[in-house]
Amino acid sequence: MFKYIGKRILMMIPVVLGISFIIFTILALTPGDPAQMILGENASLEAIEELREEMGLNENFLFRYVKYIGGAVTFHFGDSYRTGLPVVEEILTRLPNTLALAFFGIGLSVVIGVPIGIISAVKQYSVFDTVSLGLALIMTSIPAFWLGLMLLLLFALKLGWFPAIGITDWTGFILPSVTLAIGSMATMIRMTRSTMLEVIREDYIRTARAKGAGEGRIIRRHELRNALLPIITIIGINFGLQMGGAMICETVFSIPGMGSLMITSVRQKDVPMVMASVLFVAVAISLINLLIDILYAFIDPRIKSQYVKASR
Amino acid sequence: MEHLLEIKNLHVIYRGDEATVHAVNGLDFTLDRGATLGLVGETGAGKTTTALSVMRLLPDRIGTIEEGQILLDGIDITKASEGDMRVLRGSLVSMIFQDPMTSLNPTIRVGEQVGEVLELHRKDLSKEEIEKKVDEIFQLVGLPAERKMDYPHQFSGGMRQRIVIAIALACEPKLLLADEPTTALDVTIQAQVLDLMQELKEKLNTSTILITHDLGIVAETCDQVAIMYAGEIIEIGLAEDIFEAEDHHPYTVGLFGSIPDLSKKERRLHPIDGMMPDPSDLPSGCKFHTRCPRAAEQCSLQAQPLYQRGTHGIRCRLYADWEKQQ
Repeated sequence: MFKYIGKRILMMIPVVLGISFIIFTILALTPGDPAQMILGENASLEAIEELREEMGLNENFLFRYVKYIGGAVTFHFGDSYRTGLPVVEEILTRLPNTLALAFFGIGLSVVIGVPIGIISAVKQYSVFDTVSLGLALIMTSIPAFWLGLMLLLLFALKLGWFPAIGITDWTGFILPSVTLAIGSMATMIRMTRSTMLEVIREDYIRTARAKGAGEGRIIRRHELRNALLPIITIIGINFGLQMGGAMICETVFSIPGMGSLMITSVRQKDVPMVMASVLFVAVAISLINLLIDILYAFIDPRIKSQYVKASR
Repeated sequence: MEHLLEIKNLHVIYRGDEATVHAVNGLDFTLDRGATLGLVGETGAGKTTTALSVMRLLPDRIGTIEEGQILLDGIDITKASEGDMRVLRGSLVSMIFQDPMTSLNPTIRVGEQVGEVLELHRKDLSKEEIEKKVDEIFQLVGLPAERKMDYPHQFSGGMRQRIVIAIALACEPKLLLADEPTTALDVTIQAQVLDLMQELKEKLNTSTILITHDLGIVAETCDQVAIMYAGEIIEIGLAEDIFEAEDHHPYTVGLFGSIPDLSKKERRLHPIDGMMPDPSDLPSGCKFHTRCPRAAEQCSLQAQPLYQRGTHGIRCRLYADWEKQQ
């Protein structure tokens, strides 16, 4: 098992390298000169040329990439073109916000969505089932920015329960987390319901019934664990989406997170900032996916035995 | 009370979106304590439905017992509450399912799966005692006790079937419903599993209903045989009546005729012509008349009662001179 985990961590290296190369290439190919951006519209040609030389922009593209990776390996991601400060500093203040938002949002959607999905499946075609499926449909249909604004209007402005802007303490996370959770909750409900429905029809559930097990025990002991794999997969996918896609939510609630950082940096052609942001997010997503793969093995012994075989 | 199980006039239907399927239509039989009854018939004859009715495990909302009585050890199963059924299932009556590959939970250790039955029904046992009992049961079905920590996917089909049997027998039920316990297994394992069941039956004095379409297995293991067709028993009797007597229902004759006889120099099999009738649209009169080589005009008009001679009963007009039942 440990050998397998080590192997998976090693496999992250080519993935991250690939991502960095693609992003670096795209940034190099897009029009716009960072030196010009820094110096402004009215800078003289000589000044721009001088700055280009100083920043190493005149060197060969591949050479620059290798140099960048060389720095990144030793945790030197360069200074921001925009602020002149080391990009790592900025990212390290923003990454926790985005991570916290993603964790809260997904946590909320799991805690509420999975039980609803289970009850929906167990009581298929009941009123509860119909209502929860209807709710799920509404939840997917609501655009995140609209929901965020509505929540802000009601809970922050009218009722004043939560701060409207920024995240001074944990209460600031509640509204954005709810906004994020609503979107992924719909998938969570539907996914849980459909996998539970599949598991309920399995032969081994009938075996459990034939033993004389009660409904609660069957759900807890026999159904849930077997239905967990697809649910966890969805959690992983959602996490990836929220890491990069929480941008709307961050904008609406004025949260300094990775999404808004990346958008601004791309607009301003702040190459070191974009590169480092993307790399950090990529590593975070890879780690979460690794965690999910390890969880698979703990949930399903069949998968575990494959790993053990593979790592021999 | 002489009979362990008594089924009277059982009717079971499945309600589908478009049609209602009449799976069991007026089934009657009794099973003595310690006896083995072979329930034989083609796929779709209602054998499994009968067993599931006894367990009250018909698919929710779809399958219902329309009419009739199932008396198990004096308890009317058709009227028992779900809570009462939970107490009976696994302890008084248990079932071996057809496919051992899918009948075990893939995420739970097999020892726990066997122990669960004891946990549910033998509240008097401590955890250690349950563990010890599981070891004993494993030994009983011929599995090394140390393998109880393994998961189902680490076992072969025959070994899994042994685990399924271990689950079924853990609480020493009075009635065992074995639904084609050997169909999914290869021939050598089949023999082992049948021997095992026979052995355990003698040891625990369990009554068994063996559902199968393999007449060879029935001849080897059963005291009584009931042959089902379209949800009815069309012939019933002691094993001698079915395998040695001269008088048979035309369907039984066809069933035996479809077994290849290696001592004869014939190349072709003799299947029964035609198909099992659609259970949502059963023919009138005798349900076999559409395929029967000896059908007469009256067969399509009038359903036949079971005609009885001694222990042997046949549902066919050809035996109308026997004693009429019901």
